[in-house]
Amino acid sequence: MGILEVKNVSKRFGGLKALSDVNLSIAENTVHALIGPNGAGKSTLLNVLVGKLIPDTGSVTFEGQSVLGRKPHEINQMGISRVFQTPEIFGELTVMENVLIPCFAKRDGAFRMHALESTGREKEMVEKAEAMLIDVKMIDKRGMHAASMSRGDKRRLEMAMCLVQEPKLLLLDEPTAGMARADTNNTIDLLKEIKSKRPITMAIIEHDMHVVFSLAERITVLAQGTPLVEDIPENIKGHPKVMEAYLGTTHGEAAE
Amino acid sequence: MLGLDRKDFTLVLIIALVALLAPFLLNFWPTESGMAQFNAGYPALMQRFAIYGIFAIGFNILFGLTGYLSFGHAAFLGVGSYSAVWMFKLLSMNVLPGIFLAIIVSGLFALVIGYVSLRRSGIYFSILTLAFAQMSFNLAYSVLTPLTNGETGLQTTLNDPRILGASRTAEGGIPVPSLFGLEMNATSIWKIGGWEFQFNVGYYFAAALMVLTFYLSIRLFRSPFGLMLRAIKTNQTRMSYTGLSSRPYTLAAFVISGMYAGLAGALLACMDPLAGAERMQWTASGEVVIMSILGGAGTLLGPILGAGVIKYLENIFSKINEGVLHGWFDFLPEVVKEPLVWLFARFTGEGWSLTLGLIFMIVVIFLPGGLMEGARRIGDLFRKRGKPSDDDKEHHPKPAAHVAE
Ligand SMILES: Nc1ncnc2c1ncn2[C@@H]1O[C@H](COP(=O)(O)OP(=O)(O)O)[C@@H](O)[C@H]1O
Ligand SMILES: [Mg+2]
Repeated sequence: MGILEVKNVSKRFGGLKALSDVNLSIAENTVHALIGPNGAGKSTLLNVLVGKLIPDTGSVTFEGQSVLGRKPHEINQMGISRVFQTPEIFGELTVMENVLIPCFAKRDGAFRMHALESTGREKEMVEKAEAMLIDVKMIDKRGMHAASMSRGDKRRLEMAMCLVQEPKLLLLDEPTAGMARADTNNTIDLLKEIKSKRPITMAIIEHDMHVVFSLAERITVLAQGTPLVEDIPENIKGHPKVMEAYLGTTHGEAAE
Repeated sequence: MLGLDRKDFTLVLIIALVALLAPFLLNFWPTESGMAQFNAGYPALMQRFAIYGIFAIGFNILFGLTGYLSFGHAAFLGVGSYSAVWMFKLLSMNVLPGIFLAIIVSGLFALVIGYVSLRRSGIYFSILTLAFAQMSFNLAYSVLTPLTNGETGLQTTLNDPRILGASRTAEGGIPVPSLFGLEMNATSIWKIGGWEFQFNVGYYFAAALMVLTFYLSIRLFRSPFGLMLRAIKTNQTRMSYTGLSSRPYTLAAFVISGMYAGLAGALLACMDPLAGAERMQWTASGEVVIMSILGGAGTLLGPILGAGVIKYLENIFSKINEGVLHGWFDFLPEVVKEPLVWLFARFTGEGWSLTLGLIFMIVVIFLPGGLMEGARRIGDLFRKRGKPSDDDKEHHPKPAAHVAE
C-alpha cells in the first residue's frame, strides 16, 4: 500500500475524457514523476488529489483515508501541499509574510483568532520562515513585494511556502518551468536536500527530463488521460510506448 | 510598549494627544471673527469626529484588510443606537450598560448577516449586505414600530421605567446620559483672549474610546489574524491550499467591524438619546465607504482622517446657504452674481452630497490610495531622491483592485 492510492479515477469535461480509469500508487518516501505530453491530464490528476476537482468515478485515499469530498484546506491539513503550474502566492504581501502564513497554518490549523498577538514577536515562526528562506536562497528578498518578483522567484517562493509546512506529500506541477538553468539546478539540489533531511513523498510533474531523471525513483507516463507505463527511470528511458506517446512532441528527449 | 513596536506606539500617542488637545487645535479663529463659522472645535462636531472615526476604523478592519466591501454597515450603527436607547429607557441613563448591549447586539446581528453574505464575494457580497441593511431600515421604519417607534424614532421619555435610575430628574425633566454622574452634555468653557475653548464630557468620552479602538485595530493589523485577513484579500486560492479556511476569518472580521459600528451607534445615542431608522439607510452605509476610501483603505490612519475630513466639510458646506453666497459675491454685478450664486448653491447647503460625490470621484481617479497616499507622495518629494520610503506596506497599499472582483 502506498501513501497515496488512486483507483479507477475518471474525469470528463463535457465530451473530453481528461482522465480515464487512472490507477496510481505512490510509495511512501519516494519521488514519483508523472510525465506525458501536454493535455495528458497530469494537472487534472493533481486537481483531483487536492480537492479542486471531484472525479466522476473512482477513489483517492491518502494514508488510508479518503480525500474525496474534503475541502482543499482539509486535504492540506492532512499533509498534502501543492505547487501550482502558475504560481499561486500572496502577491500583495512580502516574501517573508508569504512564508509566515503557512507556518501559522501548520501550527494553528484552519482558523485561529490570534488577533492580539504580534506577528513579529512569534519568534519560533519567524525563525522557521527565515530558515526556509535561507534554504531557498531568498533571504535577501524577504522584504520584497511578492508580486514584483520574476516568475522563477515566484515558483521558488511557492515551493518554500509548501516546504515550510513539512508536508508528508508534496505535489509539484512543473516546478522548474520558466526557470533559468542555474535555478533549475538549484531547485533539484533543494529538493534532494529536503529529501535527505526528513521523510517526504513527492509527486512531480515535469517536462524537463534532466529534472525528472535527477530526482525520480519511479515514473508514470500518462497519455490521453491514461497511464501508459509505470517503472523505474532506467526502464522508462528506452521504452517503446513512451517513445510513441512523445512522438511528434517537443519532448523527444524522453526517449533518448 | 503595550504590545506595540516603537513606531506604532508613537502613532497611538500622537492620536491620543491630538484627541486631547482637539478643543484647542480645531478652534482656528477667535469667536467674534467672521471666520469663526469655520471652526471645528465645538462639542457637537468633535463628538462626530470621534464617533465616525470609530465607525470608519471598524469598517477598515473588514474592507481595508480583507477587501470585502460591505455596503450595509449602517445597519449595525442603527442597531447600536436602538440598543443603547432601550437601555436608557429600561435600565439607567448610565452610558456603560447601553454601550455594552449595543456592542453585543450589533455583534450578533453582524454574525447573522455576515454568515449569509459571506457566502459570496466581490460585488455579490456588497449587494447582499446592501439588501440586508435596506431590509433592516424598512423593518425599523414600519414593521418593528413597537421596538423602534417607527418614523418618530426611539427616544427617552418621562414615563420610562429606568429600573436602576430615575424616570425623571428632581426638576421634572428627562435625565441626560451620563457616566457615573458625569453628564455627556456638560461643557466647561475656557476663555483666552478672543477664543472660547470648549471642553465637553461627551467628546472626551468618545475620544477616549476612539483612541482605545484605534489601539486595538493596530494590534489587530500587526497580529497573525490581521496577516490572514490581508492574505484573503490577496489570494484566497492559495489560502485554502495552505490549509486555511477563509470563511471563519472573514466572518470574524465582519463581526468585529459590526461591533465597532454598534459602539459608534451607541455613542451617537449617548450624545443625543434618540435613534431613528434613517441612521440605517444606504446613504449612511455609503458614507463610511467614502470615508475609508477618501482617507486610504487598508491604512491605519486613513479612516480616521477620512471621517474627520468628511464630517468637517459636511458641516461647513451645509451651512453655506444662498444668503451666505449672496454676501460673498456681493461685489459682482447682478448679471454675473445671480448665475454664480445659483451654481454654487447646487453644491452647498442641501447640495452637499453633490460636492461629496465630486470629491469622491476626484480622489478615486487621481489618488486611489486616498489622502494617506497623497501624504506619502508629498513626503517622498521632500525625501532625498532615489531613497525609497521605509514606511511599512500598510501605509501605502496598492489601489483596491478587489472591489469588484
Ligand atoms: N477545468 C477544465 N475544464 C475543461 N477542460 C479542462 C479543464 N482542465 C483541464 N481541461 C482539459 O483537460 C485536458 C487535460 O488537461 P491538463 O490536466 O491540464 O493536462 P496536462 O497538465 O497534462 O498538460 C486538456 O485537454 C485540458 O484542456
Ligand atoms: Mg499541466
